Amino acid sequence: MCIAVPAEVLEIKEGNIGVVDYGDLRQEVRLDLVDVEVGEFVLVHVGFAIQKLSREEALETRKIFAVVYAAMEE
Amino acid sequence: MTGGKEIAQALKKEVDRDYTFMHICGTHEASIARSGLRSVLPEQLKIVMGPGCPVCITPQGEIDAALELAEKDCIIATYGDLVRVPGTKGALESVGKDVKIVQGVHKAVEIAKKTDREVVFISVGFETTAPTVAATLLTQPPENFSILCCHRFVPPAMEFLLSQGEAKLDGFMLPGHVCVVAGYKEYEHFPVPQVVAGFEPDDILLGLLMLVRQVKEGRAEVENAYPRAVCRDGNPKAMAMMHRVFEPCDVEWRGFPVIPGSGLRLRKEFEQYDAQKKFAIEIRHVEKHGACICDRVLRGIADPTDCKLFGTACTPRKPVGPCMVSHEGACKIWALYNQKK
Ligand code: SF4
Ligand code: SF4
Repeated sequence: MCIAVPAEVLEIKEGNIGVVDYGDLRQEVRLDLVDVEVGEFVLVHVGFAIQKLSREEALETRKIFAVVYAAMEE
Repeated sequence: MTGGKEIAQALKKEVDRDYTFMHICGTHEASIARSGLRSVLPEQLKIVMGPGCPVCITPQGEIDAALELAEKDCIIATYGDLVRVPGTKGALESVGKDVKIVQGVHKAVEIAKKTDREVVFISVGFETTAPTVAATLLTQPPENFSILCCHRFVPPAMEFLLSQGEAKLDGFMLPGHVCVVAGYKEYEHFPVPQVVAGFEPDDILLGLLMLVRQVKEGRAEVENAYPRAVCRDGNPKAMAMMHRVFEPCDVEWRGFPVIPGSGLRLRKEFEQYDAQKKFAIEIRHVEKHGACICDRVLRGIADPTDCKLFGTACTPRKPVGPCMVSHEGACKIWALYNQKK
């Protein structure tokens, strides 16, 4: 449950809800804890964006996490 | 990124005596185990896992409280790992009650909105997770929703480990995701070398190298080797929400006695969401299963393979202790990757 994954914010809906893209999956997440705009990257944990990331950082981090988490879920 | 080989070589050159460092993060452990990183480290350099998994450090008394709430016919909602942790009378997933696995607290609130029954969210997690619960409670969930508050703070546990000295640690690798939210200011007063590290094997090697150099140079500070996600202040908005809803309290951790100021409880104005008060539940101290040494694994003084039950009576399919349940649990990770010392 300590997993946190980078994602891009595609859309912001009413009530602090955002649609984000993890690369191969889209999901609604809560945006209560960050101030973001469409096109920015966030780190998502238990369905909440917990911090903003820069685009380059996010893309690099995403690659790393994908490998670690795939291995953990096996 | 600098090549891992070069960092590993630099490490070999630097390590001139025994060093033991502790990390406090299940994701670090998974990365170390998966990459076989321990096998490339110099003999004298040891990295041990501390109380870095929120599922594993939740004491049995709190699991039992969750079971009691299930018996009172509440709908229990919580994270996947937690439902498998054995309590005194079985695990949440196997007691035949209404237990739902949710991605996060907001999904538990959605369940509450669609039913008249009581819904209790078993709320575990460190600084990374507690703000998500705070943000949710600030949206005024319905009256039939409450939480069993099992949150913990990392720095007081570190303080405890340092004051004990039993694990003979030369320094700490700080948990990346906790620091993403909380920053690392609060760690700066600890008189011990610390590095915030990322999760790739190279990141971890770099973190170790920085730790060894701090020790050799007689420095004791917090260095940030994970600036792509962590800054000194963390996420102040998230921390402010957490402090608005919760206040510190003294609690027990699995494997540890009561650690002052290491837990969170709901402030008075949010007390209506406190399942413990709402259902008059008492959290008791429970002695652990005789042979399970999770307590010592969590304190960094034993490896999973030191446990007699490891791989025999206790396996990922039939876990005896919490460290074999959680994806971030040391025993589970070692079992999956056949970790040798
Ligand atoms: S192997 Fe099982 S019983 Fe032994 S310490 Fe780990 S979780 Fe506990
Ligand atoms: S030993 Fe258990 S409690 Fe400690 S971090 Fe590993 S899994 Fe979590």
